[in-house]
Amino acid sequence: MSDVSSPEAKPIRQLDHVVIRFAGDSGDGMQLTGDRFTSETAQLGNDLSTLPNFPAEIRAPAGTLPGVSSFQLHFADHDILTPGDAPDVLVAMNPAALKANVGDLPGGATVIVNVDEFNKRAMAKVGYATSPFEDDSLSGFTVHQVPLTSMTVESLAEYEVPKRDAVRAKNMFALGLISWLYSRPVESTIAFIERKFAARPEIATANVAAIKAGWAYGETTEGFAVRYEVKPATLPAGNYRNITGNTALAYGIVAAGVRSELPVFLGAYPITPASDILHELSRHKKFGVTTFQAEDEIAAVGAAIGASYGGALGVTSTSGPGVALKSEAISLAVALELPLVVVDVQRAGPSTGLPTKTEQADLNIALFGRHGEAPVAVVAASSPSDCFHAALEACRIAVQYRTPVILLSDGYLANGSEPWKLPEIDELPDLRVAFADGPNHTLDNGEEVFWPYKRDPQTLARPWAVPGTAGLEHRIGGLEKRDGTGDISYDPANHDLMVRTRAARIEAIEVPDLEVEDPTGDARVLALGWGSTYGPIGAACRKLRAAGQSIAQAHLRHLSPMPANLGKVLASYDKVIVPEMNLGQLSTVLRARFLVDVIGYQQVRGLPFTSTELESVFEEVVKNV
Amino acid sequence: MSETVAARTAFDLIPKATGPQAAKDFKSDQEVRWCPGCGDYAILAAMQGFLPELGLARENICFVSGIGCSSRFPYYLNTYGMHSIHGRAPAIATGLAASRPDLSVWVVTGDGDALSIGGNHLIHALRRNVNLKILLFNNRIYGLTKGQYSPTSEVGKLTKSTPMGSVDYPFNPLSLAIGAEASFVARTIDSDRKHLTSVLRAAAEHEGSAFVEIYQNCNIFNDGAFDVLKDPESRDEALIRLEHGSPITLGKDGQWAVVRTGWGLGVAETASVDPADIVVHDETVEDASYAFALSRLPGLDLRNTPIGVLRNVKRPTYDSIVREQLETAATSAPKEEELARLLNSGDTWTIL
Repeated sequence: MSDVSSPEAKPIRQLDHVVIRFAGDSGDGMQLTGDRFTSETAQLGNDLSTLPNFPAEIRAPAGTLPGVSSFQLHFADHDILTPGDAPDVLVAMNPAALKANVGDLPGGATVIVNVDEFNKRAMAKVGYATSPFEDDSLSGFTVHQVPLTSMTVESLAEYEVPKRDAVRAKNMFALGLISWLYSRPVESTIAFIERKFAARPEIATANVAAIKAGWAYGETTEGFAVRYEVKPATLPAGNYRNITGNTALAYGIVAAGVRSELPVFLGAYPITPASDILHELSRHKKFGVTTFQAEDEIAAVGAAIGASYGGALGVTSTSGPGVALKSEAISLAVALELPLVVVDVQRAGPSTGLPTKTEQADLNIALFGRHGEAPVAVVAASSPSDCFHAALEACRIAVQYRTPVILLSDGYLANGSEPWKLPEIDELPDLRVAFADGPNHTLDNGEEVFWPYKRDPQTLARPWAVPGTAGLEHRIGGLEKRDGTGDISYDPANHDLMVRTRAARIEAIEVPDLEVEDPTGDARVLALGWGSTYGPIGAACRKLRAAGQSIAQAHLRHLSPMPANLGKVLASYDKVIVPEMNLGQLSTVLRARFLVDVIGYQQVRGLPFTSTELESVFEEVVKNV
Repeated sequence: MSETVAARTAFDLIPKATGPQAAKDFKSDQEVRWCPGCGDYAILAAMQGFLPELGLARENICFVSGIGCSSRFPYYLNTYGMHSIHGRAPAIATGLAASRPDLSVWVVTGDGDALSIGGNHLIHALRRNVNLKILLFNNRIYGLTKGQYSPTSEVGKLTKSTPMGSVDYPFNPLSLAIGAEASFVARTIDSDRKHLTSVLRAAAEHEGSAFVEIYQNCNIFNDGAFDVLKDPESRDEALIRLEHGSPITLGKDGQWAVVRTGWGLGVAETASVDPADIVVHDETVEDASYAFALSRLPGLDLRNTPIGVLRNVKRPTYDSIVREQLETAATSAPKEEELARLLNSGDTWTIL
């Protein structure tokens, strides 16, 4: 910062990783603060992982525990897999934020509090009978009492901003201070603010001034004796950006449209935490992406099916309650054998549950949640940036095999972020498929005809014959149809054949073998997961290995069909441990299909596993094998 | 709205037939399986007879239906077709029509399909003005499930599910459609092929959502539901045949006339009113109150039932605006290049 005077450079201490949590009222701008700090950190070249955590209410009652919103960021000079188990630093903007988060802090953690907000009334509201600074409740921590609000207001005195707006800029003061403390550049944040408030320059000026004041405060105050630095991580060469799961997933769908040369049609109804996919795709009309905000979840999937019938890549995005509503229509798509991608950004259920919290409890509904024998393909993303590749894979299966595919993400992946090494476009899979354009069957009398349900012998997919193709006029529907001709058929043997064929064609989908990571090569225990548990499972395995133990890790991208080598992999370990954020849905499937006595480990708190927790669970299994 | 969109007609973007077409060209090879005597046969025959006059390429016509007797309709037409799930045809057809401007998309539905299980999709398709022709076969009964009362059944209907009489008040489908901002609303009768055809023609020519209620007799579970409108003895007294630009009268000799009364319209003896007070039908009246008042003329006994086009106004269609947005956003750059630009947008950094 050139224009902030530097009275005396403070010593800089090197760290290999830091976990910071920003916490405040849901109106305090903690998500923005976290996002900006993340962006600064990403540009420094650290590896990072984030975990936003916010209430379902847009503005929960101010100063209350349920109203606390937080953003956790883990950054390091090496590659990391999780947003960190426990914060090294907590920034608490008010008593509620301190109270709600202090329990997560390990001894020795740093706490930076906005002491201005610790008045009697605010403390009483969250049950502090006495000030936490006056008893020994914070004695294990390094506490910095910073008057964030009053210093922000003071620093903006020379600007023509109403007091209310000055007070609101306190998050930017905090960001400036923390940016100084961890040696992050703030130029990109300043540019961001100037863009964001272009229409209200006085607000932009105030926020920029607040950032600079926070930075200057760090430099001058005696309260902070040292600064910290985390060197860039050694990551594979390439261009990087930071990305959330929802953005990556939306980009994956855009990319699938480009690589399939099909127009994309998204039908969606707003639902947390999937709405950002609708928002993002709405901005990419130049790619031929149509977004349809439907009257309900059923119309959203129905319109996507209609668009697919017309030759588009039909997609619908939702969360668990929406999947339940779409169930009948997905079964129709199973019968019609048309491409359809159903994105389920899982959240904690049942019913409205915890709409902003994460869970993996929709595996059962994805695999089995339809009437009749209605198999579909199921694909799961394992990290925020992996949502891009998982979306491409879901679209590949949908268009190539003309089947509904359920793509599972979750709230943790959706809102969490990590650096993403940008792919080369021409290295993305080629998803082009050919529409039917003429007869595909010769009758006994030599006549050339079109049979809508005559299958490709390899993929078992039926032809995709879109309206507008002369000579291929045909009718499809939910009634059972005769194999080949597609005519309505009530024949018992034909129904039996069609039910088995629909199952067989999902099993016939080619998916890559499951890869196992076992660096020592002598592991007797396999940790197997799916979806967003990849990070914590991987981090736990690394910790165990660092302590001299052996453990293998594998992660399922394909839940239906499962990789062909899965049974063999399961059988080659003495013990298989399956952590899930549900009550053992994958474990049950594995037990039923492979007769393997897998050990389940479950937790459904609406939060991702911590690596420490999994490390101790795994260690127990490894020890007893 | 750009002028190009406004200037489009319903058929501008749909390929035309290359040769003459006949009704038989629109008959599929499937055996028709409605009950003998069902009103659906007459509607199917009228449709097959009418489609050739549109002169559209047969492969660019698509029928989408839901569930119910009427919803078997697509199987019997040699066009593209989808027999979908209960109530959802307007939603599915919306996705198809919004992404394929080169298709003439028709929805075939019934009173249960459109007004009960699919009520939500119907009203939203109408308010959006998606380029769909929605044909509601209203027989005032559930036929395929063997005779329960429907949302258009009269109060007190004795059915298997209402042995002491139904208690819920019926929908007036035209009032509902007008309330849902429909830009084209009409009614016709299965047995009057000439009238049916004229209404289908008007619907087909309308750009946007066209809602057509077709009174259709279910001779098994609700036989004679519309006899008062069909019986030569009573029909002239009961039916109001709307003609755009003509004074609205009924009765064999026009002895009754539609006039303004109170907040709406009513029927008065022609001889007793000033001829200047007789309402001259104008289907293009913007104010939906007029068409709504027409739709309220009949009582539950079906007397004073208007048939013909009640409302036919121009409003930008959902699909044309969606298309216009796509065209506005489109660039000439190769999509691969645009994609690379998108992925590299925002704050990026390079690791060497």
